[in-house]
Amino acid sequence: MSSTTDTPTETPRDDVRDAEIARVCSALGTAVVDSLVKPNDDMWIRVTADAWRSTGETLKSLGYTYFGFISAIDWLPSPYGRGEDDPTAPPVERSTVIKQGYAGGDTRFQVIARLVQPFTTLGINIKVDVDDSLMAIDSWSQVFAGANWHERETHEMFGIGFNGHPDLRNMYLPTDFEGHPLRKDFPLLARMVKPWPGIVDVEPLPGDDSEEEGVAS
Amino acid sequence: MSLLGDRQQLAYIAAQAADARVNVELETEGMTLNIGPQHPATHGTLRIIARLDGEQVLWADPSCGYMHRGYEKLTEVRSYPQVTALVNRIDWLGSFANEVPFILAAEKLMGVEAPSRAQHIRTILFELSRIANVTLFLGDLGVQLGAVTPVFFAFRDREYVLNLIEGATGGRFHPNFDRIGGLKDDLPAGFIDETRNVMKKLRGFCDQIEDLLFGNEIFQSRTRGIGVIPKDVALQYGMSGANLRASGVDWDLRRDQKLPLAYDKVDFKVITHPDGDSFARCWVRLQEVRESTRIVDQLLETIPAGPIMAKVPKIIKVPEGEAWVSTENPLGEMGYYVVSQGDMGPFRVKIRSASFNNISITPWLLKGVYVPDIITILASLYFILGDIDR
Repeated sequence: MSSTTDTPTETPRDDVRDAEIARVCSALGTAVVDSLVKPNDDMWIRVTADAWRSTGETLKSLGYTYFGFISAIDWLPSPYGRGEDDPTAPPVERSTVIKQGYAGGDTRFQVIARLVQPFTTLGINIKVDVDDSLMAIDSWSQVFAGANWHERETHEMFGIGFNGHPDLRNMYLPTDFEGHPLRKDFPLLARMVKPWPGIVDVEPLPGDDSEEEGVAS
Repeated sequence: MSLLGDRQQLAYIAAQAADARVNVELETEGMTLNIGPQHPATHGTLRIIARLDGEQVLWADPSCGYMHRGYEKLTEVRSYPQVTALVNRIDWLGSFANEVPFILAAEKLMGVEAPSRAQHIRTILFELSRIANVTLFLGDLGVQLGAVTPVFFAFRDREYVLNLIEGATGGRFHPNFDRIGGLKDDLPAGFIDETRNVMKKLRGFCDQIEDLLFGNEIFQSRTRGIGVIPKDVALQYGMSGANLRASGVDWDLRRDQKLPLAYDKVDFKVITHPDGDSFARCWVRLQEVRESTRIVDQLLETIPAGPIMAKVPKIIKVPEGEAWVSTENPLGEMGYYVVSQGDMGPFRVKIRSASFNNISITPWLLKGVYVPDIITILASLYFILGDIDR
């Protein structure tokens, strides 16, 4: 377990969050892979996939009783860029190097959840790697009732399974919809068929000599 | 009031017992009732599939997605300033409030802070959109219960607020006014006086609604003791806003969270109610409109002078990082988890909208209630379809 704190020379210290992350890490023990505190901002931990469910239970008993959200992040850089390619031109080669975010990670997909201690508004973001071959983690729906719908949404949008979830029906999409829309390799079709007109979008600031105003578009 | 409450409670229990007896004596046949997707009581296109036994709900299952627009996907192909135009349409009755947490998250990642005048005006517009939003709720509430009059008052008085928002931002419903580092424009001339007048009118509206609706016996008997949500259940489902405070949780992000908004400069009460029933939720919202008008009045007194825009580059690139910002929106806690990889647009945005969590309690809450109560419970939970489906 390594504790990395983001401390450039004169960053203000955040004793509350430092103490809180120490408390959380000692309660979770070996489950924590990495943790991060941004002073006066937020806390992140990453836990092992095996301990995902017990992490939820432990945090709940530590006072994190308010359920924020569950979602996932697909760290693969989009093969379609930001959808600004000319659809008639040959496809552009793009890097496929995965750049992970706070508290690190080893896999393409990560599930992220947020829990909050009511009344203190001290929140914690919990990340967990989702193994590419399994594509499933344990469900939190027995721990936090609100996780039920969030996991359904994550399941349909990313194709991540949740073991022990009572009912992983699609939340938004039709039952026979193919693909997982929030994956980065799922194309945004509107951008595939028509060039995006909004690439140039510079609005003059107030107080600028606004000669360009009205010329755009 | 407590005596009346007890008597009503007893009457309700007696009615339930009588119904239970009938259910034992009569063979009832199960039936599936489809409410919506197009139904006046669902404020949009929410479909509720309810399995009934006689008049009682065995289970109810909301079916969302009729208005799913995929904003989380769309943000990935937009630049940061363009995203505000999208998120305006999440909770369309209080649009400006949707922009603020996203802009604050982007500002947090960039290390920019808006000048205090901009923060002040942001807070004013934020509260105005809350008033516009909840005003309509208070009117609409009557319609759900068969009282048609309040909705006309609500539309009339909401229009004053929308005019203010339009005067300041140019858009009645979708202002798209917030910018990274400040605001698009300063307040127009005469805004302060006009706002003061409107706030006075809105307080009159609150009194009127309280007279018309909240003191009404039918209204009380249809909402008191109906749809009770205990505190711990509300927290588990991640309910927020007035729904949570109506269950006796004294928690308001405006007061409890430190954000670059002007809430720390005003004095306001956080309204809670211990009951957790439909009446409590409606009552809390009514009082919150009053408090909001007070907040706006105080803020109008103290708008600081200065610029409305911080120094930000013309082409905005946000440094790598992740940020979570949530604010107390009209419907509850609205937050954005923004992941940036140093590009012109966000890498991933998770939109945590209040209604999604608030409505996810319905399968639990509607179990065992009677058909007419479905409508009051849904009305009192107060959701906006765009806020569920995003």
